[in-house]
Amino acid sequence: MRAIDVQQLQKTYASGTVALKGVTVSVEQGDFFGLLGANGAGKTTLIGILSGLVTPTSGTGKIFGFDIDTQRDDAKQQIGIVPQEFNFSIFEKVWDILMAQAGYYGISAKDAAPHAEVVLNKLGLWEKRNQPSRALSGGMKRRLMIARALVHQPKLLILDEPTAGVDVELRYGMWEYLTELNKNGTTILMTTHYLEEVERLCRNLAIIKNGEIVKTGSVSSLLQGMDVRTYVLTVDSTANVATVKGFEFGAMEPASVEVTLRKEQSLGELFDALKIAHVQIFDIRPQENRLERLFLDTIRA
Amino acid sequence: MNKTIQWIAYKTIVSKEVNRFMRIWRQTLLPPVITQSLYFVIFGGFIGSQVRQINGVPYMAFIVPGLIMMAVINGAFANVSSSFYSTKFQRNIEEILVAPVHEAVMMAGYVTGGILRGFLTGALVFLVSLVFVRPAIHDIVAIILFSFLTALVFSIAGLLNGLWAESFDDVSTFQTFILVPLTYLGGVFYPIDSLPPIWKTISMLNPIVYMVDGFRHGFVSGGQPIWIGASILIVLSAVLSGIAYTLLRKGKGIRS
Repeated sequence: MRAIDVQQLQKTYASGTVALKGVTVSVEQGDFFGLLGANGAGKTTLIGILSGLVTPTSGTGKIFGFDIDTQRDDAKQQIGIVPQEFNFSIFEKVWDILMAQAGYYGISAKDAAPHAEVVLNKLGLWEKRNQPSRALSGGMKRRLMIARALVHQPKLLILDEPTAGVDVELRYGMWEYLTELNKNGTTILMTTHYLEEVERLCRNLAIIKNGEIVKTGSVSSLLQGMDVRTYVLTVDSTANVATVKGFEFGAMEPASVEVTLRKEQSLGELFDALKIAHVQIFDIRPQENRLERLFLDTIRA
Repeated sequence: MNKTIQWIAYKTIVSKEVNRFMRIWRQTLLPPVITQSLYFVIFGGFIGSQVRQINGVPYMAFIVPGLIMMAVINGAFANVSSSFYSTKFQRNIEEILVAPVHEAVMMAGYVTGGILRGFLTGALVFLVSLVFVRPAIHDIVAIILFSFLTALVFSIAGLLNGLWAESFDDVSTFQTFILVPLTYLGGVFYPIDSLPPIWKTISMLNPIVYMVDGFRHGFVSGGQPIWIGASILIVLSAVLSGIAYTLLRKGKGIRS
């Protein structure tokens, strides 16, 4: 079963801006899916169409088999949306915001209360339930957005840059919670600028560029498909490094050197070659996040 | 469309609207009471004592129904236009748009909120008027019917204003340049029949004339047959509803 099935979605805004140029992408039920793209690539437009905030110019979209145009109410019932920007009333209390959102999905306050309590507790907001939302810190507001999106227990959670501007500790907390949600069966689609987040959380991803999906697949297969990867080695001395043949060495300092491996070269081969040259390795780390490399290569192509 | 879901959604919007105007009662309920009290004192008391009877009743008794209607009109209109525009401005309208709430239900929820505020402000002004005059109830049906139709028409008009507005200036522009002149020229302070024929004809194009006239009929006999005014207001509310519903369906100002 596909949680999201989008075919040839196009969107041209009244201003003439072409935001989507025939996007086709699918997300399987239970997946944790990353949608990557530079600013203005079309991520938020795509999410807007799925959630009913943006009207597509053409194309079709289905959420768990429900057409977003002809079976709009059923499709909406499946989705919980966490938008990029805070969009709750700053004058309302946390609890009231959740109860109103449940009401819009046809759940009475009485029926919504037990689950809302669980979600607020999970997200560390239970003690703040009677406070107006404007009194919350930035991180708490972000968590309130997640709590609001979950109050009707959606099968699909869509998060648009959920950890933007969130401190490290809170980000880790959110990662744990989202992972738990996903393990419990909630399908998650997430956009983010933090590529380590995608590498850590997502099983599949799509990269969108200028309104088109330019790459899609599992995170592991896409990373394996990369042509080169670069590491920084900390060594006892770089004096003998130049004698090692068959590897591409880059920036060199007395005790560190960059080395780029081709797709067919393994780290074992590198270590063996350095050992023969009497270079002792103390430490090794990727020069950059691999997904970051993949992302940059893709959007610059 | 699941009726239970839509009914709960409707109640949620209404409850949110009522909570909003009750929470900020100093901005929503108190000002009309003070303003209309001043009208009672200045026009009804000081100036009214210099004016002969109109339609067989003292001037104060003549203006009370119109002043109550003014409160209903402004309360209903301002509630929906400001609330709806604020939710657009703060983008929390998206809370409703992402949920399976039908446009008709969304419209009904906001309009009901406006009607309730219109009723409440009208009732408060009526209570204040009792300090100055004891109006006789002549036709309770007319009072209920015209309060409802007036609040309905101006709640829908407020929704249209909120939908079209792109800034807070746009919200106040309609009130200042259209609503206020129409209200003051709507026969609140004078009988339309006393106008020269040409001005009387022009005034008959103003829907507020029918609202005030029909509501006044509930307290003071006379005026036009109420079915004429009621029919005009029913048609007007149907037309405005149709426009508002179409705009909501198209997502005017709320969907990209």
